[in-house]
Amino acid sequence: MSSSSKSRKPSGLFRNMSAKIASVPMVLTALVVFVGGTAWTVLYSFTSSKLLPKLNFVGLDQYERLWSTRRWIISIENLAVYGFFSMIFTLVIGFTLAAMLDRKIRGESIFRTIFLYPFALSFVVTGLAWQWILNPDLGIQNVVRQMGWESFTFNPLNDPDIVIYGILIAGLWQGTGLIMVIMLAGLRGIDEDIWKAARVDGIGTVKTYIRVIIPMMRPVFVTALVLIASGIIKIYDLVVAQTNGGPGIASEVPAKYVINYMFRAQNLAQGFAASTMMLLSVVIILIPWAYLEFGGKKRG
Amino acid sequence: MKTMTHLLASAALVGATAAHATDLEVTHWWTSGGEAAAVAEFAKAFDATGNTWVDGAIAGSGGTARPIIISRILGGDPMGATQLNHGRQAEELIKAGLMTDLTELAEAQGWKDIVNPPSLLDACTLDGRVYCVPVNIHSGQWIWLSHGAFEKVGLDVPADWNEFVAAAPKLEEAGITPLAMGQQGWQQNLAFGTITIAIAGIDAWREVSVERNADTAAGPAYKAVFEAVANARELARNSNVQDWNLATNLVITDQAAGQIMGDWAQGEFQVAGEVAGVDYTCLPGLGVNEVLDTGGDAFYFPVIDDEATKKAQMELASTLISPEVQVAFNLKKGSLPVRGDIDMSSANDCMQKGLSILADGNILPSGDMNLTADTQTQIEDLMAEFWTSDMSAGDAQARYVDIIASAE
Repeated sequence: MSSSSKSRKPSGLFRNMSAKIASVPMVLTALVVFVGGTAWTVLYSFTSSKLLPKLNFVGLDQYERLWSTRRWIISIENLAVYGFFSMIFTLVIGFTLAAMLDRKIRGESIFRTIFLYPFALSFVVTGLAWQWILNPDLGIQNVVRQMGWESFTFNPLNDPDIVIYGILIAGLWQGTGLIMVIMLAGLRGIDEDIWKAARVDGIGTVKTYIRVIIPMMRPVFVTALVLIASGIIKIYDLVVAQTNGGPGIASEVPAKYVINYMFRAQNLAQGFAASTMMLLSVVIILIPWAYLEFGGKKRG
Repeated sequence: MKTMTHLLASAALVGATAAHATDLEVTHWWTSGGEAAAVAEFAKAFDATGNTWVDGAIAGSGGTARPIIISRILGGDPMGATQLNHGRQAEELIKAGLMTDLTELAEAQGWKDIVNPPSLLDACTLDGRVYCVPVNIHSGQWIWLSHGAFEKVGLDVPADWNEFVAAAPKLEEAGITPLAMGQQGWQQNLAFGTITIAIAGIDAWREVSVERNADTAAGPAYKAVFEAVANARELARNSNVQDWNLATNLVITDQAAGQIMGDWAQGEFQVAGEVAGVDYTCLPGLGVNEVLDTGGDAFYFPVIDDEATKKAQMELASTLISPEVQVAFNLKKGSLPVRGDIDMSSANDCMQKGLSILADGNILPSGDMNLTADTQTQIEDLMAEFWTSDMSAGDAQARYVDIIASAE
């Protein structure tokens, strides 16, 4: 018996049988809930469903309406602005803070705690706190004016043109701490000998970071990038808590459009069309990049 | 031993009450001070029938509560009864057979004869069957004026919208914001609707909002409306509060001269100890066209397959519409009762104005009954953008026409 099993090479399907059985529930969940749910949503986005899902197809009507709706366009613009700046600033600030902490400063753990603390707060708390901080009568503007600078004006949340930057500030405050910690972990993984070698060669600190350390931290940056990107796409609660899309519709975001049209406007298909567009944007940007990053050649 | 008997006795008692009384969970979104006091009247009256009112208040506005309520009904966890604004919001739930048919009770008690205006019951009726109990009438077509603000600049309190607009420059000179406006879409939309009825008149409004005639929406009557709204936008430039009650507070404290808001604003004036006709004046229909819409709240009863619960639902339905409960509830709520045959002489100046308009039959069906939630959301989005930007009246009108043309 044992000899026969040894002579024939077991097929790949039955190798690690117990591990495969154990993963069946998760595979099913992924297929039914994620893939199935996504397919269902996309399918119904081609219908005229209102409060309840109904299968009466109307072609691309929902998408035509979506892209001619001013609120959706504004949502996309806001997401683009928020996403662009959030990505750059989170990475830059996160890395800079991590690099500073990595210089073996005194009281590192205290600073680390301070920088990471905002991440422990939910977006709702963050949004409300920054709503007050940016309130012209209570927050920064008032404080600066009381210090004597009477004409100082800083009121982003009530100005439709710059309200998204008010939200960006809150988002950065909340999110950079986590990225800093991830970067710090990456920096700690760099061999001390690299630094010694750089010093021997007479390369400056900043130059070492940019030319040597950052390229070595590529996997850490990829992780950070994925975390930031997913945070950007799903931004919702921060906006709801901070401005609720206002003033007017100046700080609307796509996820909020989806929720509003699905539930408040009782127009499921319109909400589905919007969420399909969100999915599509993720797919178009992330899939080719993830394929290049993780697939293709296998690193040893 | 003694404690044991006590326990047994109380257990028997619990068992006994359970046999007769039924707990009925009632969801609603009446959570402000005056509203909660009004709901307590319902609970008191229902408890008196031997059943138990289990309060399921959902904090936040209808926009927050409605999705929660609907998803509970759809998800197979229905409450015993729930508040909704009658009209088209529950239409699909009724069609899906999720709401209890109240027709028998309605016929037995003759709701057709007592509910005034009849449009309220019509809004509860689908294909000849009755599915909800209207409990009050709220109307949005009011402007609330501060006597103090006009005294400060030495002007008489305006009698209509045009006088109000004419008084605006003087108010602004004195540092008073002419129009208080909460920066939220629904409030801006409400002001738009109210100005429409005052400026365009009822016939034009009916053609657009009820018959969805896009040509009228593109016509001169609505052009005047959008210009008036653009003007109102300038009057409200300095008002940067968010919630409606904060805007009302600007009027109460004479920082603003007026606010366009529904009759629920009255509760705020009452809480602040102001007296109608002395400290503040209300003008229905902006004093131009004295008509009110007849929106309001109604209770729906999701289908629950349990005889005792069904019985309790019917008892609650008849409690809600009984004369004593109607008086007690509406006096606290500041809304108008749904039956014309009860004595409301204890109501204040503003409520009396509303009652007499109602008695004369100068009523409009409310927006909830005419346009779907989808169309209303689109109009609300448009208004939210219009009031906070420099969009021209013409652009706004063009987009409004598009929305009306594509409305179902």
